[in-house]
Amino acid sequence: MGLIIEAIITGILTGGVYALMASGLTLIFGVMDIINVGQGAIVILGAYLSYVLEQRLHIDLFVGLLITMPLMFGLGLLIEWLLIRPIKRDRTMLSILITFGVALIIEGIINIVFSADYVQLHAWYVTASFPVGGFYLSYIYIFGFLLAVVLLGGLYLLLYRTQFGLSLRASMQNRAAAELIGIDVERVSAITFGIGIALAAAGGMAFGATTTFNAGSAYDLISRLLAIIIFGGMSSLRGALIASVGMLVIEDVTAVVWSPVWASTVFFILLVIILLVRPQGLLGQKEGRKQ
Amino acid sequence: MSNSKLLQSTGLLLLLAMAIAFPLLFSNPAITAIAVFTLLFAAAATGWNIFSGYTGYIALGHAAYFGIGAYALAIMCQDWHIPGGYMPFLLVPVAGLLAAIAAIPLGGIALRVRRHTFVVITIAMFFILQLLAYNLRNITNGSTGMGLPIPTDWSGDFFNTPFYYVALAVLLFAIAISWWVRHSKYGLGLLAIRDDEDRALGLGVHVEASKLSAFVISAFIVGMVGAVWAYFVESIYPPVAFDALFDVAVTLMAFLGGVGTIAGPILGALLLEPTQQYFTLQFGQNYYLVIYGAMFLVVILLLPRGVIPTLTEYWTRLVGTRFIASAGDLSPTPIEPGFIASEQASSKEEQTREEGINL
Repeated sequence: MGLIIEAIITGILTGGVYALMASGLTLIFGVMDIINVGQGAIVILGAYLSYVLEQRLHIDLFVGLLITMPLMFGLGLLIEWLLIRPIKRDRTMLSILITFGVALIIEGIINIVFSADYVQLHAWYVTASFPVGGFYLSYIYIFGFLLAVVLLGGLYLLLYRTQFGLSLRASMQNRAAAELIGIDVERVSAITFGIGIALAAAGGMAFGATTTFNAGSAYDLISRLLAIIIFGGMSSLRGALIASVGMLVIEDVTAVVWSPVWASTVFFILLVIILLVRPQGLLGQKEGRKQ
Repeated sequence: MSNSKLLQSTGLLLLLAMAIAFPLLFSNPAITAIAVFTLLFAAAATGWNIFSGYTGYIALGHAAYFGIGAYALAIMCQDWHIPGGYMPFLLVPVAGLLAAIAAIPLGGIALRVRRHTFVVITIAMFFILQLLAYNLRNITNGSTGMGLPIPTDWSGDFFNTPFYYVALAVLLFAIAISWWVRHSKYGLGLLAIRDDEDRALGLGVHVEASKLSAFVISAFIVGMVGAVWAYFVESIYPPVAFDALFDVAVTLMAFLGGVGTIAGPILGALLLEPTQQYFTLQFGQNYYLVIYGAMFLVVILLLPRGVIPTLTEYWTRLVGTRFIASAGDLSPTPIEPGFIASEQASSKEEQTREEGINL
């Protein structure tokens, strides 16, 4: 029983981190109608950036985010401007292929620079732990969760309390109509892409501090993230949050009561069952006719 | 008109004769091995195109059926103690059939949603199957992988030849199916689904059945390719039998040559697969990833419709201009898309119109 409670708690805490990465994906899909299948590679790239700052410059992981997140934001703007904006026809399909290509390039570069050896981020709060009702929990889980809460709270304020958030939500609801009422949808798209990628970088830091990783981890990550956003309903931020936590709790509990080998398979199977009942996902809207 | 048709069929026969004669002209095993892989990928891309190219539903998880075909052949050979030789080739259609059977429920679930989500679900399903290959240890041997029977009495120079002809047979089969689909009423229904699914439904196309059957047909072909490939490389592991790069490669080949055309995916495979093999040999796996990814981006940004549709368009324009010039003042005025329509809507309209001309 104690083990199950432990699994549920770690599931919720790591779920928060996944929520960071998944909310970036959801935002990008919602506003731009494109699925960034490179998100996994971006997360790993963020983790490696934190790794470099920590190893070479001895900058604390959380302080390092002040450098990596703006950097990744800039990278997001660049990718959007250089590769996604020029696509004029069949945006959704072609953008999936484009972001897949970006992921391959990132994977190749990481392998060349860092080799395929697994690494992990280090800090005092990664190794130190404290007792919670019978088991020990590393501080990084709490800190990572707090980071997720702070960033997602900031995202909430940005979306619901600012002029930019208003135009972002308008673009999410109807791109063409938003354009007609004078919203610069291209600018909104670029910034959204940047935000989505910066969030992924922050998630990557927390991810890299809790597990070992290499460039290949991107495949595992993207499969989970895609599963999470389908589960949550593609363009629903709230759905993505619920699905992230749900997935990680299910995985961790399966790992305890059955076997770690089956942990993610169980989630995927659950996903398939849910799609049978609700093809649009948990909180998704039914897809209507697209003109 | 009949002249050009005669020319066309002579050209095709010539190509076929060249393909058959290839192993007789080149005996270097390194070259024939690349040829085998190229033919296999051409068949896989053609199979992928029968579903994704014609219906417009991009599947990014066909490596799942490739892997099922590969594992099916390995398991059958192991359980029935089949020795290396020509026997395993007879089981290739069976492996394809198993992949097709697996595609029925998987495709049924994935096709419940519309295009965008469909792509994501196919990727997720691919990962489920990869995980299963790792986890179902007593069937697949887990990460240790499985070996296939090795044909010991085929000597070095001859070794690739049987694989070459079997791969060619699979390719010809795939082309025949693709040609039949493209020229049948059924295929017309698939193209209608691509252009406007709701309207197709309204016009009486059996949308669900058409999509699912095309999905299963393409899984059958890709499954056979997986089986031949597994027998050729002699041992399989979960990450190589269920390889995410396969999904990308097949899609890229079809996009490079021209999605939704018959010759496009084959041309794409002929251009890409040898290049890929060359890059891997020349630069190693990691540089190859970067180059491949960059190539991917360039192809999609510069030639989003592929080589064949772009060239056909130039050709039509060239011939068309001459015709119009000789017809005098009858040049048609270009249709301007309504200025109020959003960019997306107008580009979609344009796309349908262009493809209507080309296909």
